[in-house]
Amino acid sequence: MCIAIPAEVIEIKEGNIGVVDFGDLKQEIRLDLVDVEVGEFVLIHVGFAIQKMSREEGLETRSLFREVYSAMDQKPPVTL
Amino acid sequence: MVVGKEITEKLHQMVDRDLTFMHICGTHEAAIARTGLRSVLPKRLKIVMGPGCPVCITPQGEIDAALELVKMGCIIATYGDLLRVPGSIGSLESCGGDVRVVQGVHKAVEIAERTDKEVVFISVGFETTAPTVAASLLTNPPENFSILSCHRLVPPAMKWLLQQGEAALHGFILPGHVCTVMGYHEYEEFPVPQVVAGFEAEDILLGLLMLVEQVKEGTHRVDNAYPRAVTHDGNRKAQDLMYRVFEPSDVEWRGFPVIPQSGLRLRQQFVQYDAQKKFKLQFKHISKDTACICDRVLRGIAEPADCKLYGKVCTPRTPVGPCMVSHEGACKIWHLYNIRHS
Repeated sequence: MCIAIPAEVIEIKEGNIGVVDFGDLKQEIRLDLVDVEVGEFVLIHVGFAIQKMSREEGLETRSLFREVYSAMDQKPPVTL
Repeated sequence: MVVGKEITEKLHQMVDRDLTFMHICGTHEAAIARTGLRSVLPKRLKIVMGPGCPVCITPQGEIDAALELVKMGCIIATYGDLLRVPGSIGSLESCGGDVRVVQGVHKAVEIAERTDKEVVFISVGFETTAPTVAASLLTNPPENFSILSCHRLVPPAMKWLLQQGEAALHGFILPGHVCTVMGYHEYEEFPVPQVVAGFEAEDILLGLLMLVEQVKEGTHRVDNAYPRAVTHDGNRKAQDLMYRVFEPSDVEWRGFPVIPQSGLRLRQQFVQYDAQKKFKLQFKHISKDTACICDRVLRGIAEPADCKLYGKVCTPRTPVGPCMVSHEGACKIWHLYNIRHS
């Protein structure tokens, strides 16, 4: 359950709430644990940004995640 | 996976003895199983699973306490992974109570803000997750909100495993996102090769190579194979918030005895949010009465396929043990990819 996914901060609202862009999905998340500015990349876990990342690293990790998740759609058959 | 191929070849050249490395993260097991990583490794290099799934290591007594809260009429909010974990009688999914799956603790607080009923968040998770709960409690949630703290800290469990020695480990792959928050300085006290690894096949292969190098050099240190997220000191702000709200406590892990200072309980000034105190709950030690070997899987001394129940009586639809429930549980992951042996 320690999955964390990179996203770009596109808006910062009052009360430590941010809007982030995961690439295909925009979502409100909590920014209590990091000090960030719009345009920076963060790792998101259970609706909270847990760390900042560089833009390049964020984009790179995100493309890797996309590959992985598209691969996960082709699950092997469970025959047990 | 060009880089991965090179690393794999190098591993085959370097491994000249039996080596067993443990990871302590369900997300690592998921990545290893999904990519079939074990099949490309040298035969003498073995990766075993440790107690890296927070849902799996939550003892039955704590699940029973959550079920008690349902009986008291509380609204229960938690992560979806926890729903099917069997308690002594039934699970949160089958209990017939008002049980709601939330993205995170902040959504459970929002539920409490919209009702007069008591709302309890079943708060599982390692150091990656605990700061999110701390941050939410610092926003002054309403009086009808509380948490059942089932948090665990990774280093004390590692210390127990090393002292105990039953798994005969040569090194550890450290959990990448726990270390994203905590850094890896805490692990430097352990006299064993360690590497912080990310979650792609290449991240894990690189981590394994770094571990093999340490073993062959006859040294031990903490290498960082996941520098894009992990620094030596981690996220200080998150750590400060976590320790402002929680303090370490002695707790039982499923499959383990009570491990000193391995849990997190709320500090005195946050006692009003402590469901255990608010509802006078005792966490009872429950002895297991099935043939389930989740306890041994969590200690790295058995594989899911060693269990007589695996894939027969125990499936993701009818789980007997917690490792068949969580998406990060070793048994569920192996079942998904139809793995019979490592």
